[in-house]
Amino acid sequence: MAPFVRLTGISKHYGGVPALTDVDLDVAPGVVHAILGENGAGKSTLMKLLAGVTQPSAGRIEVDGRPVRFASPRDAAALGIVCMFQELSLVPDLTVGENIVLSQARTRAGFIRRSAWREAEAALARIGAAHIKLNVPVRALSLADRQLTEIAKALYRRPRLLILDEATSALTQSQTARVFAVVREAKAAGAAILFISHRFAEVDAVADRVSVFRNGQHVETFPAGTRSREAIVALMIGQRLTEFYPPRLTPPDTAAAPLLTARGLSWHGELRGVDLDLRPGEIVGLGGLDGQGQQLLVQALFGVLIGVQGEITVAGKQVHRLTPNAAKRAWPGFALVPEDRKTEGLILDLSIAENLQLAWLDQCRFGLLRDQGDIATRLVRRLGLVYGGMDDAVSTLSGGNQQKVVLAKWLALGPRCLLLLDPTRGIDVRAKSQIYSLLRELAAEGMAILLQSTDQEELVHVCDRVHIFYQGRVNAVLEGDTLTAEALVAACMNLLPGQAAA
Amino acid sequence: MKRNRPLLLALVALVALFAVYIGIHPRGFSVYVVTIWSNQGALLGLAAIAQFFVVLVRGIDLSVGPVVALTNVAASYLVQGNTAEIVLGMLAVLVLGALCGLANGAAVVFARVQPIVATLASGAVFGGLALLLRPVPGGTIDDDLSDLLTYDIYGVPTSLVILLVLTVAVTLPLRRTRIGLSMYAVGSAEGAAFLTGTRVAAAKLTAYALAGVFSALAGLYVAMVTQTGDAGIAPAYTLNSIAAVVLGGVPLAGGLGSPVGALVGALILKTVSSVMFFSGLPPLAQPFFEGLVLAIAIFIGAIGVLRLRSRLDAYQR
Amino acid sequence: MSAGAAARRTGWRPDVPALIVLAGCIVLLLGGGIVFPTFLTPSYLLQQLQIAAFLGTMAAGAMPVILLGQIDLSIPWTITGAAIVATTVAGLDDPVLQTLAVPAGLGFGALVGLVNGIVVARLRIPSMVWTLAVNAMLLGGAVFWTGGHKPRGLAPPITTTLALGHTLGIPNAFLTWLAVSAAMVFLLRRTVFGRYLYAIGNNERAVFLAGARVGRVIVGAFMLAGVLAAFAGLLLAGYANQAYQGMGNPYLMPTIAAVVIGGTSILGGRGSYAGTFAGALFITLLLSVLSVLQLPEAVRQMLFGLIIMAMLVVDGLRRAKPA
Repeated sequence: MAPFVRLTGISKHYGGVPALTDVDLDVAPGVVHAILGENGAGKSTLMKLLAGVTQPSAGRIEVDGRPVRFASPRDAAALGIVCMFQELSLVPDLTVGENIVLSQARTRAGFIRRSAWREAEAALARIGAAHIKLNVPVRALSLADRQLTEIAKALYRRPRLLILDEATSALTQSQTARVFAVVREAKAAGAAILFISHRFAEVDAVADRVSVFRNGQHVETFPAGTRSREAIVALMIGQRLTEFYPPRLTPPDTAAAPLLTARGLSWHGELRGVDLDLRPGEIVGLGGLDGQGQQLLVQALFGVLIGVQGEITVAGKQVHRLTPNAAKRAWPGFALVPEDRKTEGLILDLSIAENLQLAWLDQCRFGLLRDQGDIATRLVRRLGLVYGGMDDAVSTLSGGNQQKVVLAKWLALGPRCLLLLDPTRGIDVRAKSQIYSLLRELAAEGMAILLQSTDQEELVHVCDRVHIFYQGRVNAVLEGDTLTAEALVAACMNLLPGQAAA
Repeated sequence: MKRNRPLLLALVALVALFAVYIGIHPRGFSVYVVTIWSNQGALLGLAAIAQFFVVLVRGIDLSVGPVVALTNVAASYLVQGNTAEIVLGMLAVLVLGALCGLANGAAVVFARVQPIVATLASGAVFGGLALLLRPVPGGTIDDDLSDLLTYDIYGVPTSLVILLVLTVAVTLPLRRTRIGLSMYAVGSAEGAAFLTGTRVAAAKLTAYALAGVFSALAGLYVAMVTQTGDAGIAPAYTLNSIAAVVLGGVPLAGGLGSPVGALVGALILKTVSSVMFFSGLPPLAQPFFEGLVLAIAIFIGAIGVLRLRSRLDAYQR
Repeated sequence: MSAGAAARRTGWRPDVPALIVLAGCIVLLLGGGIVFPTFLTPSYLLQQLQIAAFLGTMAAGAMPVILLGQIDLSIPWTITGAAIVATTVAGLDDPVLQTLAVPAGLGFGALVGLVNGIVVARLRIPSMVWTLAVNAMLLGGAVFWTGGHKPRGLAPPITTTLALGHTLGIPNAFLTWLAVSAAMVFLLRRTVFGRYLYAIGNNERAVFLAGARVGRVIVGAFMLAGVLAAFAGLLLAGYANQAYQGMGNPYLMPTIAAVVIGGTSILGGRGSYAGTFAGALFITLLLSVLSVLQLPEAVRQMLFGLIIMAMLVVDGLRRAKPA
């Protein structure tokens, strides 16, 4: 069958940083086409090009054999290309119904027809989300419900090409199965489906064809089921998995006094009595489906949340009214690498040097600026930062290098406890590997590390111990022999090991 | 719905203030008193609705006052003669307001000028034009029309009827039409709205044009009430329209609220200043108390901050 | 060096907005000179520098607040209020108290700034609305205090010297402005506070998450705005030898315009002091040229608005990202 969409020679740069290089791809109707690749491989950029959010720097996009240029998502939607974005395109102050019909509602004399709302309800019901009422503001929804709303919104538009970008990261197994059933229906009706996911289980369940991307290039496309998982991973990261994660250096000293103790932490029903111990030299992981409270725990420990109940004890002393400033200054010194490095970890328009100084500035005497000097150069070298000049805007760096700047910013202060929120999200393979090695080295030097991640493999291979969160509580602690990918997945879904589908 | 809580609070405040006003006014609850109150309220109310539309799309309009003045001045030339001339004159005034609004919108959308500075500059232009057309207050408005619109119908002030009709006419379709919904979307989360295929430019231009039309309605009504064109009336409207919008529970960040809120906020402001006028408060102290009331109202609106759950919510971006 | 890196250097690079405004100043000077030859005489030019100093001082104070992404609309009545306070204290009989006139005036500005800063930083009330209310309260306070009459009192002698006097032929007011400017440049480029201003204006969240005390910077910026507005008010009082009602009102729009056309983004995070300095000069020259052309007030106002709008549009189009 002729491809619905064909990409030829597509390249995309963001200010000199290449995101996609010379990509050819065919998207055929009636086929579920999975796109696999490490973070930073270019998958999101690909989706953005197809959805009309951005334009290619070079190359051609053809739809139904005709070359097209999308000036905005509206143009792509007009041709039936609908994307369900990973960052979600929901408007928080509008209701569920309003979000679903936005820009697409059928109208009579300008007014939105009643049938539009009925169709919105039907879209929600199709994917098993009938429990979400149309008049609820999106702001009040959980992350899982927002993802379902986003999917319903995409389906409402009767797409000819449906793009799902990490669409199910917060959904339970049954919810995901329901969504896949709908995806199969759409496929049977002749739609083309592009499907990005990290989870092999999902790809096995629903994909007909698989394309692997690496470092912005299209590596290979093959029918689903014709390659082993190891082979696919090798295509994705370009090296064997076993070389990718660093070995453990010194086993953590379990007899040492914990640096940080949390007891009974609760917060507005989203954290429900969480206990945690963090010792120097340990890398403790926090896992679970998106939005189960693991990120909130880290924020609570850094003083970002207000009204946290329970006790937090640092180096033997209980802390009250924590703020990031207090957390930074108090011995032993905390550091937080936030989830979104572009909006929370860095100031994109400032230079690399200025960003490196950001946490260190209040140590300047008399409030006068001075050069960070040695500290900065040593850290930059240790982290293997690849950059043009220290005065370059930090936005010129690749994702991996940006994250290194965030890390260096904090390491300049010599903290003893490092909190990380999904630090390797959207980062290329090489930088990831370097960050893992760095974490291991820091742990060997006595740093206490708390690592929240959505990457199962990362948690299994990098952490000494992993706490899995489910609905605000820790429902499993895995370490040593029990710390396996299968056990992790099962715990995330709140199932006993062995209950999860392979 | 919890969303409407600020508006409900504002309504309660308005009713309470109105009761106080009637209580202390020497002529008590009479058609005369209510009509005067309603006429004054309509002036700021229409300007506040104008400001609402711009605030809805996350902008601010510092040219509301000057447009009111300009359209008022235009009305003093155009709204006279035979019936056809009067009708055309009024339409022309409204079109003038719309054009002013579109000029603002164009600067914001196409030249990417920030609304606060664009409307600051355009306000100077509109205000200057008003001054040019009428250096000294004067002009005429058709008497019959003016009487018709500023008295009452069977005891109900005409201005109140007009105000309510206009407000309802513009509020009902606001969330029920595609363009109206797109305005809310653009104000709340422009990025998400863009990804969803919303016509962002059209939404903003419509909002600014509507603001211009309502400023013109205010200018027209000033003409009805004062029967003159006066280029100097601008200052009374701009900043007060912003205050009215805030008092009515409409966040300056956009994406929420309704014209009803703006109207209620305007009525509250007018009632407060009327209450002060009749309260026996020394006239010299009145301006201070008006400012104080505004400050208190802002504080009350900001109580939400005390219920912040995460420090991060206090910081944007 | 890749093209991308060269495009985004944050090191030294020509300050385009300031240069554009400077070019505008030259155009105005030449244009004004053609119509009115005495425009280009030294004495007239020096007078322009003197007048520009008032606006320039206010703009210097407004800039930190705007860099943060906030705005201070209480400038007009901070100016007037400080002038009233200072002239009243200077008009007291006790010579000891008289010396407190200037500190009292400046202290008034600092107090207003402190209140503004605390409310904006702690309660997160939008600065636009809050400073509006403060302006209204200050207006009310002044009306009440003076009984609606012309404020009594004298301009403190030092303010008259600064506003009207000359040193080696150069107006003291201009020299004062230069001193303020030097301090501002130092503050913005060499201090941690200045760095935080730009950082917070760019991205408050990131600065907060880096453990900085954002609230203190906000309070500091508003206090600076208050003190400099008060100082400008004292200079104005010195110039007119008295304080008068509404003396600060004509300055709000020109102050914001001066800062913004000089390249400081109204959203914060971006802008150089050179641009603000040039902007204040430009606005002053523009107003002078318009008045010299003997156009009616209405036309002057329209031209002023149109020229400012034109500069904003040009700046906006210049910054627009290529498709």
